[in-house]
Amino acid sequence: MGVIYLDHLSGTPLHPKVKEAMIHHINTVYGNPVSDHRMGQAASQALEKAREQVAALINAGDPTEIVFESGGTESVNHAIKGVAIGLREKGRHIITTNIEHKSVLNSLRTLRLLDYQVTSLDVDAHGLVDPAAVEKAITPDTILISIMLANNEIGTLEPIADIAKIAKKNKVLLHTDAVDAVGVIPVDVKSLGVDLLSLAANQFYGPPGVGALYIKKGTPVWPLLDGGMQENKKRAGTENLIGIVGLGMAAELAKQEMAERAPRLQALRDRLQEGLVARIPDIVINGHPTLRLPHLLSVSFKYIEGESLMLMLDDEGICVSTRSACASGSLRASHVLISTGLDFATAQGTLLFSLGRDNTEADVDKVIQVLPGIVQTLRDMSPLYKKEQAG
Amino acid sequence: MYSQTVMDHFKNPRNVGEIHDADGVGEVGNPVCGDMMNIYIKVKDNRIDDIKFKTFGCGSAIAVSSMITEMAKGKTLEEAMKITNKDVAEALDGLPKNKLHCSNLGADALHAAIKNYLDRKAGKVVDLEKAREEHVKAPGGEGCYCPYCQKEVAEEAPFCLFCGTEIPHEHDH
Repeated sequence: MGVIYLDHLSGTPLHPKVKEAMIHHINTVYGNPVSDHRMGQAASQALEKAREQVAALINAGDPTEIVFESGGTESVNHAIKGVAIGLREKGRHIITTNIEHKSVLNSLRTLRLLDYQVTSLDVDAHGLVDPAAVEKAITPDTILISIMLANNEIGTLEPIADIAKIAKKNKVLLHTDAVDAVGVIPVDVKSLGVDLLSLAANQFYGPPGVGALYIKKGTPVWPLLDGGMQENKKRAGTENLIGIVGLGMAAELAKQEMAERAPRLQALRDRLQEGLVARIPDIVINGHPTLRLPHLLSVSFKYIEGESLMLMLDDEGICVSTRSACASGSLRASHVLISTGLDFATAQGTLLFSLGRDNTEADVDKVIQVLPGIVQTLRDMSPLYKKEQAG
Repeated sequence: MYSQTVMDHFKNPRNVGEIHDADGVGEVGNPVCGDMMNIYIKVKDNRIDDIKFKTFGCGSAIAVSSMITEMAKGKTLEEAMKITNKDVAEALDGLPKNKLHCSNLGADALHAAIKNYLDRKAGKVVDLEKAREEHVKAPGGEGCYCPYCQKEVAEEAPFCLFCGTEIPHEHDH
């Protein structure tokens, strides 16, 4: 059976040219960038080339502002805990939102144990945070604001440029978790005005297990990993150079191909959304209608549960994510969907489709063709559905 | 993650539906927890003559519902009352550890249906519609519980203080 992969937020396949670059690197370079001999220098050159490629993708002024990390999670941990330690004498208050990724929420959970205070802001029904609420939350003790650029469950794009102006005016640092946006839509650290930005290669056809943190020059960020002099003393440990080479090539390709990729994916996403809305009653499209990632569609199907939907789609060869409490080990309804005001039962029936460069109209049409029947089968089995129809 | 038996019962569930003139109806769980199960029984000569289910829930909840109806069909009420949730999980060749609590409600639903039948027989009037309404709307509890040992744990705890098991991603509600 052919596989239709619609779960690119969980990880993208490698771009063929990324694979090629990584294999070439494996075959030719095995030195350590810290060594001064020729093989070490070859490694060092590969490292710095990747740094330039990533800097170019997000328009960083200087490649040294890019620090390679083991992925989005480490990048976020480094930004938040690094600033907390770096500015511990200045203040102990951090502002965030209720819909951040777990890496942000749980980094802040750790900081709470160390007597930092956290203000977590509400979002509206579309998942948007109000910049005025951010400004209101700032106290003389505030050292950092951490708000995502694009939400990883509903795709809503937050007004980061507006928040950056507020942060600057109040002399507070701003970190944005841009893991789901970088490489998908244009992201420019200068026009956004952020001090710190997290990204991960496996969102844009690079390998998993590698990412980067943009640290604007002069931003006081303490290392998360202590050790040697790597990464301009900001992240110790021998670099995952094979992964970094893949990230660099993925960044270069994303920059080249973005103008073609994003509108194509958005057209496919809109086709999927329209097809499902037309054929399946009682569904909710989550996220902002326009300020949304182009490749993502979050849909809640009332009266049924998401894991069952996911399993039945898998049986048809279609891979999607669910945000139900039962799925993937998480036993609680999505904090993002609940924060946008969705009730628990409806949140349970949520599927997350994320499209990628290999998807076609035929893939989308297959989903539109098989999903109505699956939804009806599960609704016919659901005690909630009967009640609704009767009442 | 699921056994073949679970997947078989999930994909081809037995005895789906409801019995309009059921002798007993049992309902357990609620959508806030993630799973809700209704069991309908017809009783003849003290035996479960017919049984059907309706379930809102994940793959394992549907498989559990299907399996309990197969296990209970034709049994005497006394025999049926002896079926445990553990028996159902074993008949399914096991369930993922974190699903043992939340979706393994089949025996509870069956026992509720039998109790409902006995109550009716004893002349107690049970307003099922009303009971169900309240159940669905129940908030699902404010506390957080370890999915393995069911003890109450602190909000956001990464592992259970009582049984030491790591709580995957989040805690049970």
